[in-house]
Amino acid sequence: MFIINCPFCGKRDQSEFKAGGEAHIIRPKQPTELSDDEWAEYLFMRKNIKGVQFERWNHVHGCRKWFNIVRDTSNDEIKTVYKMGEDPPKL
Amino acid sequence: MSKNLRINSSKYIDQTHRISFIFNGKKYYGYKGDTLASALLANNIHLVGRSFKYHRPRGIMTAGSEEPNAIVQLHKNTSRTEPNVRATEVEIYEGLEASSQNCWPSVNFDIGGINNLFSPFLPAGFYYKTFMWPAGFWEKYEYFIRKSAGLGKSPTEPDPDIYEHKYIHCDVLVIGAGISGIMAAKTSAKNGLKTLLVDEKPYLGGSTIYQNSEYFKINNQTSGSWLEKEINEIKKLKNLDIKTRTSVSAYHGYNFLLARESLTDHFPIEIRKNKTRQRLLKIRAKKVITATGSIERPLIFDNNDRPGILISSAIKKFADLFGVACGEKNILFTNNDSAYETAISLIQKGINVEAIIDNRENVDSKLIYEVEKSNIKIFKGFTVVDTYGYKRINKISIMQLSKDGQKVVGSKKNLSCDCLGISGGWTPSVHLFTQSGGKLKFRDEDLVFIPNEYPSDQLSIGACNGDFFLDEILTNVPKSLQKFLNIKNTDYENIEFISSINKSKRNIWLLPSDKVFGKTKPFIDYQNDSTAKDIKLALREGFKSIEHVKRYTTTGMGTDQGKLGNMHALGIISETAGAKMGELGTTTFRPPYTPLTFGTIVGRNVGEYFDIFRKTPIHDWHIDNKAEFENVGQWKRAWYYPKDNENMHQAIQRESKAARESAGILDASTLGKIDIQGTDASEFLNRVYTNAWSKLAIGKCRYGLMLNEDGMVYDDGVTTRLNENHYIMTTTTGGAANVLGKLEDYLQTEWPELDVYLTSVTDHFATVSVCGPNSKKIVSEVIPDLNLTDENFPHMSFKDAKIGKINCRVMRISFTGEHSYEINIQANYGKSVWEKCMDAGKRFNITPYGTETMHLLRAEKGFIIVGQDTDATMTPIDLQMDWIVSKKKYDFIGKRSLYRSDTIKEDRKQLVGLLTENPNEVLEEGAQIIADINKSPIEMLGHVTSSYYSPNLNKSIALGVVRGGKNMMGQKLIIPMEKKNINVTVADPVFLDKENKRLNA
Repeated sequence: MFIINCPFCGKRDQSEFKAGGEAHIIRPKQPTELSDDEWAEYLFMRKNIKGVQFERWNHVHGCRKWFNIVRDTSNDEIKTVYKMGEDPPKL
Repeated sequence: MSKNLRINSSKYIDQTHRISFIFNGKKYYGYKGDTLASALLANNIHLVGRSFKYHRPRGIMTAGSEEPNAIVQLHKNTSRTEPNVRATEVEIYEGLEASSQNCWPSVNFDIGGINNLFSPFLPAGFYYKTFMWPAGFWEKYEYFIRKSAGLGKSPTEPDPDIYEHKYIHCDVLVIGAGISGIMAAKTSAKNGLKTLLVDEKPYLGGSTIYQNSEYFKINNQTSGSWLEKEINEIKKLKNLDIKTRTSVSAYHGYNFLLARESLTDHFPIEIRKNKTRQRLLKIRAKKVITATGSIERPLIFDNNDRPGILISSAIKKFADLFGVACGEKNILFTNNDSAYETAISLIQKGINVEAIIDNRENVDSKLIYEVEKSNIKIFKGFTVVDTYGYKRINKISIMQLSKDGQKVVGSKKNLSCDCLGISGGWTPSVHLFTQSGGKLKFRDEDLVFIPNEYPSDQLSIGACNGDFFLDEILTNVPKSLQKFLNIKNTDYENIEFISSINKSKRNIWLLPSDKVFGKTKPFIDYQNDSTAKDIKLALREGFKSIEHVKRYTTTGMGTDQGKLGNMHALGIISETAGAKMGELGTTTFRPPYTPLTFGTIVGRNVGEYFDIFRKTPIHDWHIDNKAEFENVGQWKRAWYYPKDNENMHQAIQRESKAARESAGILDASTLGKIDIQGTDASEFLNRVYTNAWSKLAIGKCRYGLMLNEDGMVYDDGVTTRLNENHYIMTTTTGGAANVLGKLEDYLQTEWPELDVYLTSVTDHFATVSVCGPNSKKIVSEVIPDLNLTDENFPHMSFKDAKIGKINCRVMRISFTGEHSYEINIQANYGKSVWEKCMDAGKRFNITPYGTETMHLLRAEKGFIIVGQDTDATMTPIDLQMDWIVSKKKYDFIGKRSLYRSDTIKEDRKQLVGLLTENPNEVLEEGAQIIADINKSPIEMLGHVTSSYYSPNLNKSIALGVVRGGKNMMGQKLIIPMEKKNINVTVADPVFLDKENKRLNA
């Protein structure tokens, strides 16, 4: 049970949040122009890293805002938290 | 057996307060302050239980939570019964009733004891190996194996006690109130930190508190009396909260810990009523100091498990703390100096010590000298090779160890005794540290695993950090605290101490015997009956990983998790396999540290609070009118309303007929409602639904289908345009929260440029749906000001209206295929509007109907239910709903997936109608659909998703998904059931009123 520092509300218990998978996967602007393989790449392919991972989280039982976190999946250490639309931090 | 072994008064035992208790049906007496174990020992009872596999007689071995053998069932055959309780932890109270486990008919005569004779045939993996053959026989064996498995009996009645959960936030949590923990708590609290100190025992001070020997002194007082003063001081500290009888069971990441606080377990049953029995503490600590101490190791030799064989430090504790002698002829067997501390305690109290067997040769220390002064024979360089006595030890054989300790030499000597204390050195209790993710390192000098890398802001101090002895604690603990808590100095800077122990140890994991190895029974895991032989067998059979050896031999898998013998198992594996212990590592320690009751885990979430539910504003009316309820998500929805002894089928047939013939009324308040506003609201709907929204006129409603990006149907519902930039969307009852989450996700992450705001208003409105040919007449009476003519208020449109002074929204939409209105009103008026409709509808026989009738009516119309007729593998095309997928729109969620190579396949499962050959035959939902019964293997084409008997069509109707079903119209298929095959014909899924005449009537 980790503590997440919501960029809008501050430090809250993990139980208030919902994980939303890998961050920085952008929905293609023109899906109709993609081949099956390209679309499948967007739709299905996700990294599953043991180590530092960029993730989307939603403060679902709080401000309902989506944001990004950088988390080490091997020990749950959260390196940093940043808002949607902001550039991923250089590590 | 009726001997009294209480030797003197102890300040921890109140000898003026005698308590009676029952053990195995017989009444005994103890004193306030006794544990069940100390009270039994005072009555000279050692035999408490039988072992798991061989049913060998077993006695009390320890004085704490590490106890493997003395586990009992409390209050058998009552609702408060509890299995697998450690007698060493149960504080006795008037009326306590305990009994032995795993024995029949009694602990003194146990038929299962015959397993001991068969033990050569019960090696590790016996069950795996034996009951494999012949294949398919497992089902026959299983009954008997299950019967012989398990220790205690679980309760069969509801738990009458109250449990609760509590959150605690603190600056510093100190786990363990031994000398190190007390020093830590004092230092922390005195420096202004909000501190919580917990200990599993009912008293503070650990094993130091009863240390009254001249050989261990602090500031010129015995360490026990010095610590007592410290405890009195910390009790006055304002910043410090102390919880005894509180066992930390789990240490998770980010310093989140779970602890069980026992509040009434030590009270007589009569006075526990209406009191909370146990509390699960959910502790979030900024810093954690672990001071969990250490556990004394046993020694591994032949027949080291007889009743009367105890861990040496437990004998000392029983004597010093409880004033109880474990035997009258005591022998101690050791490989280190700790047993001499026990000997000195016993001598001081006048308890007879016959001899000490010490593995070490030529060893000397102040403690040994003190014991020698009392003319006690010490056998240095000797080992015990065997013990005797079935239900209580009565004799041991000893022999001299060879120089390398690998074998025994010389002649065998026999010594008689009634109690043997064993001491194999100390193992730090690192369970919680490793649970938190901490990494251990192996200390070669004394063969212990100690904390190395801390995964969070925490510190291990004292014995659990490998500082076992007084001098190490007083030197190291203050320094570590100073650094960890970031403070200038502690109260322990210039402390003076005497610690006279010799720290040498002669460690031999498996002691040699004069017998052939295969003929001995050196137990390592007492509770699960694993011996050194089992471990060696596992290695011989090719198991290499310690995790595998553990599971194969079940070493460390009992309720005690092998707290005593795990290190010996590792030692023997490392010696046999020639691997270094440090490289071998340990098995994983998992929560809970000691077993938790289910009551503590669930807390107050029992009975009606087990799973909270939502009720609509009209709920009470449904109750008053005898509705049966159905769970939909968290909602309780009226399912059907049985009248005068009707069964479910009869009620639904009546309700369905009434809705089509005159009028029906449904509570639709549970449907998800999302208020959508903003200048880009239309564009937003265009992107999330498959159909087009820009041209929907104000005041009009439209059905929408929502997909996932993979093209599969996700949700559906009607959305109404209230205004230029204002819509209200309805979702399925179960999908409401997820739909809102998904829409927010797209808005915030993919399309932040859109000016759209979403608000859930599900709970704000009550929705009353009135349908049927007479619905117009009823609604016109309830809302007389509303013009209900078809020209003014056609199907799929909306009007603002007033009922009295209260605003409401009326939609003319239909899920039943009938002429129908949905009145949405502020939730607290829902029930009164419902009652108004009932009154107005009386002369039309308005009939309330529930979800089941709603499902039947929509199936007649071929309307889908997302989640019943779809299962996340159905596209709109599969549902034969091509009409709702816009060809013109450039993009919407899931569009690209609708023409992936897989989704355009012709032979996907597609939704069709099914009609049975016999119109009275109703199919079972979920039944398989096939075409050719003679084909082998039979090819499954699909399954039935919805099936009902339609009272309006007078025949059975069903929906199903069938591979390539779209092109099978009129084709005959088979539903194979257990006793017969049912013939069906593929039909149009719309069974009633395809032309929508009723809707527009």
